[in-house]
Amino acid sequence: MNDKANYNLPDEQGHFGIFGGIYVAETLIPALDELRVEFEKALADPEFMAEYRHELKHYVGRPSPIYHAKRWSEELGGAQIYLKREDLNHTGAHKVNNTIGQALLARRMGKKRVIAETGAGQHGVASATVAARYGMECVVYMGAEDVARQAPNVFRIKLLGATVVPVESGSKTLKDAMNEAMRDWVTNIDSTYYIIGTAAGPHPYPKLVREFQKIIGEECKTQIVEMIGRQPDAVIACVGGGSNAIGMFYPYIEVEGVRIIGVEAGGDGVETGRHAAPLTSNAKPGVLHGQRSFLMQDENGLIVETHSISAGLDYPGVGPEHSYLKDIGRAEYVAINDDEALAAFHDLCKYEGIIPALESSHALAQAAKMAKTMNKDEVLLVCLSGRGDKDIPTVAKMKGIQL
Amino acid sequence: MSRIQSVLDALKASGRKALIPFITAGDPQPDVTVSAMHALVAGGADIIELGVPFSDPMADGPVIQRASERALAKGMTLTKVLAMVAEFRKSDDKTPIVLMGYANPVEAMGYETFATAARAAGVDGLLTVDLPPEEAEPCANILKAHGIDLIFLLAPTTTEARVAHVARLASGYVYYVSLKGVTGAANLDTASVAEKLAMLRQHIALPIGVGFGIRDAETARQVARIGDAVVIGSRLVQEFEAGAAGLNDRLTAFLTGVRQAMDQA
Repeated sequence: MNDKANYNLPDEQGHFGIFGGIYVAETLIPALDELRVEFEKALADPEFMAEYRHELKHYVGRPSPIYHAKRWSEELGGAQIYLKREDLNHTGAHKVNNTIGQALLARRMGKKRVIAETGAGQHGVASATVAARYGMECVVYMGAEDVARQAPNVFRIKLLGATVVPVESGSKTLKDAMNEAMRDWVTNIDSTYYIIGTAAGPHPYPKLVREFQKIIGEECKTQIVEMIGRQPDAVIACVGGGSNAIGMFYPYIEVEGVRIIGVEAGGDGVETGRHAAPLTSNAKPGVLHGQRSFLMQDENGLIVETHSISAGLDYPGVGPEHSYLKDIGRAEYVAINDDEALAAFHDLCKYEGIIPALESSHALAQAAKMAKTMNKDEVLLVCLSGRGDKDIPTVAKMKGIQL
Repeated sequence: MSRIQSVLDALKASGRKALIPFITAGDPQPDVTVSAMHALVAGGADIIELGVPFSDPMADGPVIQRASERALAKGMTLTKVLAMVAEFRKSDDKTPIVLMGYANPVEAMGYETFATAARAAGVDGLLTVDLPPEEAEPCANILKAHGIDLIFLLAPTTTEARVAHVARLASGYVYYVSLKGVTGAANLDTASVAEKLAMLRQHIALPIGVGFGIRDAETARQVARIGDAVVIGSRLVQEFEAGAAGLNDRLTAFLTGVRQAMDQA
């Protein structure tokens, strides 16, 4: 089971076992074929990769540090918690690693217009940022409910010169934004590059996003050894679609002895049905947004509405590689409820002077839960995927405070 | 011989083109659908594409999105759509019915269960927008064993190399999406459609239906000159949006006008 040295997925058709694939309308297939070919060429092109790394260093500020959350660990009284500080990236989250890569790819393909879907707004901000950086037109689709609960990011996207289109259909959240982005893409296929923000969607997106996010785990593998002389006992990341998680996990698949733990949004509790945890709730596999993966649906195959305090995790599906890693038992997936995530949010503010994103707070809460049961010489490495400035209005509202 | 093939063969023999209306099952409420289907036949429909509403209709424009939402709000499911087809079959054993929708409801039911139930209900074909030939083989094999045609989409962006792949799996007819966009868009370019159809016909022997963007008798007449079948969806669904009052008469009247224009093509 732990022999992952030969892990080489997805296959040429984009499958991770029974997951992944390319479930889209015919009009999009040739564009996805073109993208796959250009992406593979770019990956093998030293000039392209050199420019990507140059941008990550000088524009994003990589490598992001690992930080030992010492006071919080002491307070918890168990394992040591280390944080991979993706919140310190330019734009405040891991999303920019991917948008830089995809924008460079778009430029290489001669596309002058980019579109993106966004939930919490972090991917929208990261897309608008790189569009400004490379002089491209940018349209961001965002569920109307998310537009309301992520107002600071909506304004940031506009400041950066992009257009935000509120999506009023369906549940008015991330999945509906993705539907609308797909409709735009199919209509403007010749001029437009679709920057998908998560490690999901039709092939080659899950692989493409992973390749641009795996820098997170690769840096961790050397940084943590420099700090503690070994690899951690577990790596932990939150999972919505799962892009920061796959970036963190992928380089660790082959590392024996490191537990891989993905944290889904438990909302009000998985047992209540009001959550966004397809893996933890043992949802059946299904087809949505171009891929087969575990998917929250009713008995008639209709997608059900999800719930989470964090817009970025409020999604009924999950990237296909996570479904595969769950299926083969290499990664474990658990859920953290809204109230637990909020408690971790406050703890990190209080003990470390760091305001984490509500998405990342799910991973932090899981780390706290585990740390208490572990020895002081054990180490948990958590991906702090984004900073929480955008969530300040949400948290204030929950405390009944009018800003 | 399948119902679809015999209908299309007969039309071809008489030099006429097929008229294929699309409506969403259960829109705006379940009890109008079966009688609306009969009204379509009265107006000259040769085949009916019956939309299976889905929660996330990614390939559809606003008109059919709203139709799906109305139908789902009234509790429509794939199982109920099959029951409607069975009801329709009690008084019409000739008009082929093609279910059109998205992959997940069929996946959730299971291909084998679906194929058995669909055949029993009198369904003739299935068109799933998000099941391209790359992923369709398991489904295609099971449907074929049950005598149900799997209808594929071809698009302006489809390359010549891909057409052969589709030709291997497709049966019944193929559906050419006349424009880059979602259903109900309105920028159909007949000349470029004609050019593309010529390429497709070099690889595909099946009849080719043309849809997306056909909204009146005149565009239907133009398309009938170049395609083997004319598919009309969003324009008809607008009649449902206008309410149930007089719906069947409006459907019949609209299709009758289209049918006449096509026959004069």
